[in-house]
Amino acid sequence: MVETLQQLLPGFLIPYFDWLMQLGESFFGSAWVNILTTVWTVIKVMLIIAPLLLVVAYVTFWERKFIGWMQVRIGPNRVGPWGLIQPIADGLKLMLKEVVIPSGADKSVFLLAPVFAFAPALIAWAVIPFNDVLVVANVNASMLYIMAVTSIGVYGIILAGWSSNSKYAFLGGMRSAAQLISYEVAMGIALVVVLMVSNSLNLGDIVKGQGQGRFAEMGLGFLSWNWLSLLPMFVVYLVSTVAETNRAPFDMAEGESEIVGYHVEYSGMAFAVFQLAEYSAMILCSTLTSLLFLGGWLSPVGFLPDSIFWLFAKISAIIFFFFWIRATFPRYRYDQIMRLGWKVFIPVCLVWLVVVGCWMMSPWNIWK
Amino acid sequence: MEFKTFVFYFLSAILVYASLRVVTLRNPVHAALHLVLAFFSASGVWILLQAEFLAIALVLVYVGAVMVLFLFVVMMLDINIDRLREGFWSYLPLGSIVALLMVAEMSLVLGGSYFDLFEKDISQAPAGYSNVQAVGRLLFTEYVYPFELASVVLLVGVVAAVALTLRGKRKSKSVSPSQQVFVKVEDRVRVLKMTAEKRD
Repeated sequence: MVETLQQLLPGFLIPYFDWLMQLGESFFGSAWVNILTTVWTVIKVMLIIAPLLLVVAYVTFWERKFIGWMQVRIGPNRVGPWGLIQPIADGLKLMLKEVVIPSGADKSVFLLAPVFAFAPALIAWAVIPFNDVLVVANVNASMLYIMAVTSIGVYGIILAGWSSNSKYAFLGGMRSAAQLISYEVAMGIALVVVLMVSNSLNLGDIVKGQGQGRFAEMGLGFLSWNWLSLLPMFVVYLVSTVAETNRAPFDMAEGESEIVGYHVEYSGMAFAVFQLAEYSAMILCSTLTSLLFLGGWLSPVGFLPDSIFWLFAKISAIIFFFFWIRATFPRYRYDQIMRLGWKVFIPVCLVWLVVVGCWMMSPWNIWK
Repeated sequence: MEFKTFVFYFLSAILVYASLRVVTLRNPVHAALHLVLAFFSASGVWILLQAEFLAIALVLVYVGAVMVLFLFVVMMLDINIDRLREGFWSYLPLGSIVALLMVAEMSLVLGGSYFDLFEKDISQAPAGYSNVQAVGRLLFTEYVYPFELASVVLLVGVVAAVALTLRGKRKSKSVSPSQQVFVKVEDRVRVLKMTAEKRD
């Protein structure tokens, strides 16, 4: 921990840091390192959650702006300069509204459901690396942890549908839960292929593994990332994340125009938490896609240095892609969604799993 | 008391409470949710035992998949508690035998430390030690036949589930998507040309 801090701090602060360490040790003795570690962990968690919530707020704003421009509209432009304060105004409005609890609803489960939806999208960030050293918990099985944690999100949907005591919400919940479970299978197999070629469950190692290879030595790093060598898996994973986050064209969960979803009975802040959950899951999925397939913080070309800004640029590009397809495609019919998941993606994934396995055992293995 | 001991008792207390509520609650959905809580606490205890792979697999498989399907079923059922209670006395002999067997098994395992069944000192694993690699290596070398056998049993289960739910040929009139994509505009829409008529 102390070494990490010494690496992170700019040079002129190092003497002050050493002085702080000595001062603390003279007061608390050997417990000082433990105290400092705890405080530093809390600070790290805050450093992720606070910007994340701000980014979620502005992702909603830019989504409206971008889709507005794509559809030759202006988008929000009333609150503040260029409408920049719009997300704050939306948040305030939702906070001041009443949370109506339907009669006959199971009150405790009704209020627990948004938490179940939102919490997984936050705690998954614990193992996401931002560069070589910036990660809250560098766990060996971090990919497994993320798969486990994100699979809990479906509870929010099922419980919201059931506890609302409404047929529409219940059917909506069942529909979205079935969709999430179906696409989780395809996504899981796509992830297994990535784990096979990187020979590790650690996200940091998966990113570092993408920086090696023939193209990376030629200075064309972006060709050695997983998206090219595992192109079918990349496509399957990207489309599955769209379905997994309930975004258009797979937004059966909301379906404003023709069907209603699991959160029809929610209002005010309880509804806002579902919205927060959807957007933070979207950012999480974009981050995972860029770490697993687009080389994370690695620079695309040899003459530019690796940096955390590459990661942010890749995340923004994928989020923009999410907006773009929402503005472009009409909503899928429900049976078509299920068909795509079970009859197209899962067979493709299974075949590609065998292909990559044979490829790795053959003399033409490129992932040594 | 060591901090680790405190964490263990904390998790175990939640685990015992949640498991008790699973059998005592009258609302089946609440009972299922308490089972989820019990799984979480158990996975916490396993992490304390340095079995992080098993702990994460417990959450991934049981919480993420099994309990979701369980909740699906429980929510759809219309359970009448009074009807369930009717058979209490007739089921009691069988139930008590199963319960006694379970108690015997548990006491054998838990009493193992008194009969010197286990190795005394389980050493602390080094920091970079990967649980997943160790489990994987053992599974695919030493225990590869039991592993393959288990997968065959699972496959039989899958086939049986499909056979149970398959009810012959589907009678719905839905069009197969492979035919659907070849539809042209001319097949569906006919544009008629006609002269304007005057209303009289």
